[in-house]
Amino acid sequence: MKPPVETIYRIEHLRKEYNARVVVDIERLEVRAGEILALVGPSGAGKSTLLRLLNFLETPTSGKIFFQGQPVNGTLALDTRRQVTTVFQRPILLRASVRENVAYGPGLRGKPGDGRVDEMLARVGLSDLANAPAHKLSGGEMQRVALARALVIEPRVLLLDEPTANLDPYNVGLIEDIVREHNRARGTSIVLVTHNVFQAKRLAHRVGLMLSGKIIEVQDNPVFFGSPSDPRTAAFVRGEMVY
Amino acid sequence: MDELTRGFFHAIELILSFDPALYEIIFLSMRVSGIALAISVVTGVPIGAALGLSRLRARGFVTALLYTGMGLPPVVVGLFVYLMLSRSGPFGILGWLFTPSAMIVAQVIIAFPLVAGLTMSAVQAIDPALRLQIRSLGATHWQETWTILREARIGVMAAIVAAFGGIISEVGAVMLVGGNIEGKTRVLTTAIVLNTRTGDFALAMALGIILLALAFIANVALLRLQGKT
Repeated sequence: MKPPVETIYRIEHLRKEYNARVVVDIERLEVRAGEILALVGPSGAGKSTLLRLLNFLETPTSGKIFFQGQPVNGTLALDTRRQVTTVFQRPILLRASVRENVAYGPGLRGKPGDGRVDEMLARVGLSDLANAPAHKLSGGEMQRVALARALVIEPRVLLLDEPTANLDPYNVGLIEDIVREHNRARGTSIVLVTHNVFQAKRLAHRVGLMLSGKIIEVQDNPVFFGSPSDPRTAAFVRGEMVY
Repeated sequence: MDELTRGFFHAIELILSFDPALYEIIFLSMRVSGIALAISVVTGVPIGAALGLSRLRARGFVTALLYTGMGLPPVVVGLFVYLMLSRSGPFGILGWLFTPSAMIVAQVIIAFPLVAGLTMSAVQAIDPALRLQIRSLGATHWQETWTILREARIGVMAAIVAAFGGIISEVGAVMLVGGNIEGKTRVLTTAIVLNTRTGDFALAMALGIILLALAFIANVALLRLQGKT
């Protein structure tokens, strides 16, 4: 018998509006502990906004997000908030060395932990550049710094917002390997937002399609790509535009 | 041209003579402007940062006020402080008029808008996405503000340098509220005015060169500090 699936996020009737324009409108969505959930969809579908909501960076217009069973409201405990972090599409690094960037999160928590920082730098292949100014790096290297900076704090949930858009295949491969391995080794729950269906297919356990703020369907990876229940999903997977 | 060269050599002569009267003037200039700068930085940097980070509706108005303050004519500031501190003024009871305290007050009024206004601009120039990223990594409100200030440090340092340059070299305010009293409130700029008036151009030139050198040394020191952070 399989153990019961633990839920890390539960979303109910979640709506987010900007100036009366509905950007996110989700009836139900669950993110399971330890899974990689990919959300695909065209740009403007509300994927990034959903991630900001999941990272407690924005408040819903209406509806509820439950994080580890607890409803998320304005007075979220710092310890809870610190269990979630995001790697954004555009890596924004501090004007400091590569090592200082990676050590930033542990520093905020009052435990610099040099050993883990160096270990993580090695993991993303940047040990040699540890003392280089972060702003001098290439795009792929910068995104690897951003990933290391997120992983070193060992979050329970890692949110990835188009982490490899505009990167070369070498860096895409590296980043996907690190993400996959971290998920396996640590059981980190990952929500990946991408418009690249191939990336979703390579990485995710479950995949969902998002269109105009709504979740069309969420399926296990093989089902999503093999026999989706919604014709729009089938069209999106085939590479046909659906707007 | 003759005055220039004579002034230059006279300046070196004066500096090397260790004339106590001259050093008193230099130290008073540094003390008055140093304290005024310190007060302006301690108050202006946090206020500028808070304004740069806030989304208050009134920010436009406050910005306009600060930018106006950045261009305040020192002599007008001097007049204002004079009236405030004169015996019949609201703060006359302090007895600060014609003392270094009055000069510090006037210079704070000149330096504060520069520090706060330029700090605000520097903070506003930071990519807004950085704030989101910092928060996402678990920063508290204070940690976020501190990180943004660190990111804006070049601009903040420029604010401090500009404010120091503005007050060490101003003459209108310190002349009015200090009174250029020998041994008491005479600073480099007021001494230059006096010596020019009395025709001692070489001494005036020498003091001018010393003033420039001081400003230069202070800026180099600040910039070195900036390079280290």
